[in-house]
Amino acid sequence: MRATVAALLAKEFTLEWRTRESVPAMVLFSIATYVVFHFGLDRDRVTGDIASGILWVTLLFAAILGLNRLFVSEHEQGGFDGFLLAPVDRTAMLVAKAITLFSFLCIVELVALPAFGLLLLGPPLTQALPQLVLVLVLVNAGIAVVGTLVAGLAIQTRARDLIVPLLALPLLVPVMLGAARSATPLLRDGGAGALPGNWIAILAIYDLLFALIAYAVFDFLLED
Amino acid sequence: MLTGAFALVFFYAPDDADQGFIQKIFYIHVPMAIVALCGFMAGGVCAAMHLRTREAKWDMRSYVAIHISVILAVGVLVTGSIWARASWGHWWVWGEPMLVSFLIVFLLYATYWPLRFSIEDKEKQSRYASVFAIVAGTFVPLNFTAIRMAQQYVHPQTLATTTGGMPPKFALTFVVALTGMTLLFLTLCKYEMASKHATFRLRALRRRLEGDDDELMLGGRSAAPQL
Amino acid sequence: MPDPHTAVSLRGVGRRYGERVVLRDVSLELAAGQTLVVFGPNGAGKTTLLRMLATLLRPHAGEIEVLGRALPQDGYAVRGRIGFLGHEALLYRELSGRENLRFHARLHRVAQRRVDEALDAVGMLARAGDPVAELSRGMVQRLAIARTVLHEPELLLLDEPLANLDPAAAAQVAPLIGAGSSAARIVTSHDPTGGLVGADLALGLKGGRVAFLAPAASVRPQQIAELYA
Repeated sequence: MRATVAALLAKEFTLEWRTRESVPAMVLFSIATYVVFHFGLDRDRVTGDIASGILWVTLLFAAILGLNRLFVSEHEQGGFDGFLLAPVDRTAMLVAKAITLFSFLCIVELVALPAFGLLLLGPPLTQALPQLVLVLVLVNAGIAVVGTLVAGLAIQTRARDLIVPLLALPLLVPVMLGAARSATPLLRDGGAGALPGNWIAILAIYDLLFALIAYAVFDFLLED
Repeated sequence: MLTGAFALVFFYAPDDADQGFIQKIFYIHVPMAIVALCGFMAGGVCAAMHLRTREAKWDMRSYVAIHISVILAVGVLVTGSIWARASWGHWWVWGEPMLVSFLIVFLLYATYWPLRFSIEDKEKQSRYASVFAIVAGTFVPLNFTAIRMAQQYVHPQTLATTTGGMPPKFALTFVVALTGMTLLFLTLCKYEMASKHATFRLRALRRRLEGDDDELMLGGRSAAPQL
Repeated sequence: MPDPHTAVSLRGVGRRYGERVVLRDVSLELAAGQTLVVFGPNGAGKTTLLRMLATLLRPHAGEIEVLGRALPQDGYAVRGRIGFLGHEALLYRELSGRENLRFHARLHRVAQRRVDEALDAVGMLARAGDPVAELSRGMVQRLAIARTVLHEPELLLLDEPLANLDPAAAAQVAPLIGAGSSAARIVTSHDPTGGLVGADLALGLKGGRVAFLAPAASVRPQQIAELYA
């Protein structure tokens, strides 16, 4: 299984590096969204819950952008068949795609987070960076797992681009909720507050639960 | 049974001092919500059985459970909205966890039909719908818990304050209403399943009449929306 | 008891797509090392048949046994021993031929040196570093053939394998996927005379049903022509 995932990951990253499709688009989209928020809210700097909200909503929509592309290369270039013909554990594709999406989100945040700190955020980004990173990791994991599942569901349908956001947005509401409540004290003006443990717990439970469910059902999406 | 419950609601339970007639809505709103939540989870369980046994009847049960639960969910939103208007003067309140989580659940399950419809192959359609039902069924309780936790510190638990201090007369009416709602749900499910069975059998007979050899057809019938 | 000498066994196999029946009551047996040629017009079910044997599709009726294992339950056990060449090359266009084959080699747990061996055998060693998108159709087909035989399968399922290949290229790949190969082969063909060459058994499909199933030597060209009528 590990070898298969490694082979798939090598392929994913090579393809992304060659085509440079998803990640740059997600980064540009994030920065563009910050600009839109500036004009939409008519604010120069944001703090606390507004800052938290903007951060997560932007990330969520950038993720949806990436989701739509996640399985496209497999679907169009017969990658599914090539994988299905191999004597491998099919869940490896779920693991590989989820790790890929997680990694893409992390790379996007490496740029989008400083951009956010530069463009919109009032208090300094560094005031609670380790805690913020923890929240980001949990959020990325949740989006990665649920997103891969949703993308896998949608890729075989005719209205793929529509089904993905329609399914992903409601499913990711608890993640948004947990993320917003966790990050609000971190982005407060006048020094960061404490990280709310219960919301971190909710995020972790969500991630774990859906990881288990995804692991159990993903095989059924691949067979014919 | 349901008529009996309604009768109890309207004639037996005394009017609540501060809510008046609107309090009666509570006896429809909350049982509907509870039954719908259970219905969604049952839909997930039936879907899991479908994936395990590959029998079409489980997919049918999953489909019907979800279908009826969505109808109930709409009812929850409507009755909840009426209650909110009467209690707080607004048609919508973010502070009511039941209302909010049902909005999200409704938005999620509303995609069930476009998803099914956009997959042509019947067997694949059932399989994908089952995966969806399992994911969504797991999501429902988790979502409700998260929303409830979110509102805890902002608004007082409206449901708790009403159900917490329920005198015996209220409690009895509530239990009756809940039982009635459950029976309504099960009856509607049976009705829809029977109706679908009849339609399929009719189709199969018609096809046999027209001379098509359809052994392959009777094998994997699924509850696809007849569009 | 699975017969080790039977490569493929189908009994009453059927498959539908939505409301349409694509294959109906197909039965045949193919011994190890032998070649079956499948004739039939487009839409007759040839591709579906091959995809079912490749474990990509499940049968909706009947039983399938491939290399002694029942499908779809034991699909996992036989996948590594089947080579499938369909209409699509199953290659990523932005990756080079060598990268594609390396990827498949890793999936099939085949030694990396096999990649260069296969590339050499199909005559694509020189252009192995170019992205697949830049290659001609004939070259892509050759790479696809390399992919098919990379893991040295015992059963070859070939859907119009010589498409886009000029006679020289066709001759070059013959030892790999042609009659010279030791694997059991199922090949689809539209060529009435050429298709029978090197074949032991011939199957004619029409409208998803078996029109004829006979030793290749006894099949008359007229039978094949009737399929297209």
